[in-house]
Amino acid sequence: MSEIADKVKKIVVEHLGVEESKVTPEASFIDDLGADSLDTVELVMAFEEAFNVEIPEDAAEKIATVKDAIDYIEKQKAA
Amino acid sequence: MLQSAGANSGRRRVVVTGMGMVGPLGLGVENVWSRLIAGESGIGRITHFDPSDLPAQVAGQVPEGPAAEGKLTLSEWIPVKDQRKMDRFIHMGLVAATEAVEDSGWKPQTEEEKCATGVMIGSGIGGLQTIYDASITVHEGRAKRLSPFFIPSALINLVSGHVSIKYGFQGPNHSVVTACATGVHAIGDAARIIMFGDADVMVAGGAEATVCPLGIAGFCSARALSTGFNETPGKASRPWDKDRDGFVMGEGAGVVVLEEYEHAKARGAKIYAEIVGYGMSGDAYHITAPAEGHYGAYRAMRSALKSAGVTPADIGYVNAHGTSTMADDLELEAVERLFGDDARKLAMSSTKSATGHLLGAAGAVEAMFCMLAIRDNVVPPTLNLDNPSRESVIDRVAHTAQQRPVNIALSNSFGFGGTNASLVVRGV
Repeated sequence: MSEIADKVKKIVVEHLGVEESKVTPEASFIDDLGADSLDTVELVMAFEEAFNVEIPEDAAEKIATVKDAIDYIEKQKAA
Repeated sequence: MLQSAGANSGRRRVVVTGMGMVGPLGLGVENVWSRLIAGESGIGRITHFDPSDLPAQVAGQVPEGPAAEGKLTLSEWIPVKDQRKMDRFIHMGLVAATEAVEDSGWKPQTEEEKCATGVMIGSGIGGLQTIYDASITVHEGRAKRLSPFFIPSALINLVSGHVSIKYGFQGPNHSVVTACATGVHAIGDAARIIMFGDADVMVAGGAEATVCPLGIAGFCSARALSTGFNETPGKASRPWDKDRDGFVMGEGAGVVVLEEYEHAKARGAKIYAEIVGYGMSGDAYHITAPAEGHYGAYRAMRSALKSAGVTPADIGYVNAHGTSTMADDLELEAVERLFGDDARKLAMSSTKSATGHLLGAAGAVEAMFCMLAIRDNVVPPTLNLDNPSRESVIDRVAHTAQQRPVNIALSNSFGFGGTNASLVVRGV
């Protein structure tokens, strides 16, 4: 697992108070990890802060799973 | 003619079937009550932050530690991930509400029962520390980093919101904001919601957590806090004593479960007391100070007795507002005027001498002290009342608790803005 993936996972565990084993790439923040709409707003902010990236609203709306977040951040970092 | 004016007949009766509290004397009603009766003080040097550059450096803070020792470990009550979404005053309210609801044993099952159960928990100030922190974020140009939980963390009615969500109580969801009278207004208004038939059960009370730099500095600027006892915190809150120099801030929450009498009886609930009287008034005088003679307090008490259909002679104990400020003697004067000759038989104490002033939570906590005084026939003491600044025929229960029969008790709370509220409770 990449460094980015590790960090994303850590942030999700911390913010949603879920067990690490549940934070699989396919896990949906809302359907699987118990987040509500405000939690996802906060999560995206935490990603922005931790990775020093901007995640615009329309992109944030498409981030539904752990993998979505990792992919988006990796793409930003590679660019 | 107070007796005959009482409109007690024909209305739905409201009793207390659950109690919860957390405050400077610790966690849990029985623990707090036994420490109060033992004459212990919950006041100490402020540890929530470094108060060194403020004139007031003492407060009543909730002791942290294991529940078995009567202390609070927040994670036992609220999951860590949810704690971040609430200001500390909501934490306090949720802890006290959880204790009260569980104590009552009320678990609505049907839709109808859930819709007949409401919540009315207020706060004097709300999420002050949360607002402070968020202001800094915005000031630093990081407005886009502001937590989406900022607003719901700071809003006063969110204690009621969280309690309703936790337990599925779908009845009236309301909140009171009347500064230091909040707790009494919440219980009194919630009782009337039941009397009017809008609900059968109401979870009511107040919560506060303003032992923070902005809270202490703000009340310091208003010249309201004690500043002369920073080295001897236990002596700082001294209602009616000639050396008193301001109130001592306290934090915590008090919540009761109010229930329609027949409803409580039908399910075999334990009943602590009945809410029999409630009176309110406004001073229309000054934003922070009561007027000479404290006629506002007098009228609130008189209305409460009238609605209870009782006379001053029936009252065995008054839990005074008694904040350890100059206003203490004005309240005393108002009580003496109302009670007349019956003042000689009266016990009146200020439990703020032990807990500090819990602002919006004070009235709820102190109403419960009245109910416990009735249950145990014990009146709690006024600590540090060494030399009264004004003599009185009223026994102010200096230093140590007293065993004495109490059937009916009165609790006073007055707030900035000139708002006054009194509650009369009676044993059942």
